[in-house]
Amino acid sequence: MALLQRVAEQGRRVVHFTLDGRPAEALEGDTVLTAMLTNGERLRRSEFAGSPRAGFCLMGACQDCWVRTEEGERLRACGSFIADGMRLLSEGEWGGGLSGEGSS
Amino acid sequence: MGRRIERGGVVVTAELPTAKLPTAELPPVIVGAGPAGIRAAERLVAAGLRPVVVDEAARWGGQIYRQPPEAGGPGGGFTRPKSALYGFEAGKADAVHRAMAAIRDRVDYRPRTLAWNCEAGALDLLCDGESLVQPFSRLILATGATDRVLPFPGWTLPGVFTLGGSQVALKFQGCAVGRRVAFLGTGPLLYLVAYQYLKAGVEVAGVFDTTPFAVQARAMAGMLRDPSTLAKGLLFVGWLRAHGVPVHNGVRPLRAEGTERVEALAWRYADGREHRVSCDAVAFGLGLRSETQLADLAGCRFRFDAADRAWLPERDGAGRSSVAGVYLAGDGGGIAGADAAELAGERAAFALLEDLGRPVDAARVRELDRRLGGIATFRRSLNAAFPFPADWAATVADDTMICRCEGVTAGALRGVARSGQAREINRAKALTRTGMGRCQGRMCGATAAELLAQALGTGPDGVGRLRAQPPIKPLPVAATPSPLAGARSGREVA
Repeated sequence: MALLQRVAEQGRRVVHFTLDGRPAEALEGDTVLTAMLTNGERLRRSEFAGSPRAGFCLMGACQDCWVRTEEGERLRACGSFIADGMRLLSEGEWGGGLSGEGSS
Repeated sequence: MGRRIERGGVVVTAELPTAKLPTAELPPVIVGAGPAGIRAAERLVAAGLRPVVVDEAARWGGQIYRQPPEAGGPGGGFTRPKSALYGFEAGKADAVHRAMAAIRDRVDYRPRTLAWNCEAGALDLLCDGESLVQPFSRLILATGATDRVLPFPGWTLPGVFTLGGSQVALKFQGCAVGRRVAFLGTGPLLYLVAYQYLKAGVEVAGVFDTTPFAVQARAMAGMLRDPSTLAKGLLFVGWLRAHGVPVHNGVRPLRAEGTERVEALAWRYADGREHRVSCDAVAFGLGLRSETQLADLAGCRFRFDAADRAWLPERDGAGRSSVAGVYLAGDGGGIAGADAAELAGERAAFALLEDLGRPVDAARVRELDRRLGGIATFRRSLNAAFPFPADWAATVADDTMICRCEGVTAGALRGVARSGQAREINRAKALTRTGMGRCQGRMCGATAAELLAQALGTGPDGVGRLRAQPPIKPLPVAATPSPLAGARSGREVA
């Protein structure tokens, strides 16, 4: 079940993306965090305890909402906007800290 | 011509587009486009200057007056009017938004831009993956604040969000953080956000205030100095109670329960009675904490502020820091709220103009000083009404996670204090990694200091100050600044 509940602003254009490989829908102007948490319950698992995380401050301070795309890109979910065709991941361990894989 | 400069401890050669200008001709730079930054910019523009305004958000307004995204195109974007977004503060929000719109073509506005370092008279900026060095001779830091939190078991579970974050979800995204939300902590935001959720049609499982009712009642007398604020506070509480929302005072959280997400909040009264309320989200915060990292990197001297229970950059009544040419305005220099931020932003701009030898409107300056003085008195009453729960450090369990980035527990911190290995917060950071993670101590720094101080038998002013490090926020993938040649690895730099 979704963590976030939409209570307003639902007349926006639908955006199509995938979450852990499954097709999902969000609305234009959603952050990646909103898109993921209106379709699921977490953003990632902690690289230490494996416990689920879903962000905390929503204003770019806590840095607990970094997520991965299938391409290996990292996004701060509260400050990035959803776009058509994004392929986002919330499953699996989140690769370890500074030695994580990059995309360049 | 390249110029050798040191950035973040690395000597690089950088092209400084404005390096030929004498520093006195550099435009003033403002960091932050909330109420303080916008009013500062407005005053500088009125004096004929063209400030650079750097802001991490895509639209101006700051957190308090944050605007919804500009999702455009056919099908429509966000449509709620300001009255729905900002309630009683809609007039103020609109005035601040309009002030910036009116000077938009007379400022060098840089939205979506992170200022991640400040040293040697220049800011390092990152915008849409592009980096640049912005030299300055005058800098106004209006960096704002985020929620102050005190960890409790389960606070990292999905569904536990800060009060400010819960408000952002509603205001910026039209979302509630859950179907049935418990509001926990203390401070004006606790009642405001609960009220906003209730008005949006969300079920409020209860308001759980850490402050005993008797303490709040005593503090009301001082708040009569600002009857409108007091009236709003009483209205929120009255509205909540009238809609059947239980309001509990003198509460301590025991834990957020659940494995994959929040299922309940367990709490107790001061007398030990334990209770449990089912909910699928907890909105949590205990007042605000200032964002001071750039002031630290700019070399500003800090002092411990007993009211905010935090190390803050020193500033005079006009906003001048200890570093010539660096000014502080708004909550980033000490918590005083949005109204004070507007005044302080304008006041800091006047100080900057005075220091440039420009004429200023002395009557207006006196008026600002008078009103800022009144707000300081009101803030003292507010701090009395919503005090920091100082018993937290003595009572938090050893297995409670303090640092959510690195998974460090209260027990680990107490351990390095009691073994004598760390008598100071930066040493404790080195030994335990608390404050070393991606948030750079924003979420855990103050609480780690409280724990360390308690374990050492001193106050939070007795264990030193967590030093800021550049970059003050992680730089995202493939956005490593080009001057840091060799570091373009596509990795997050923390």
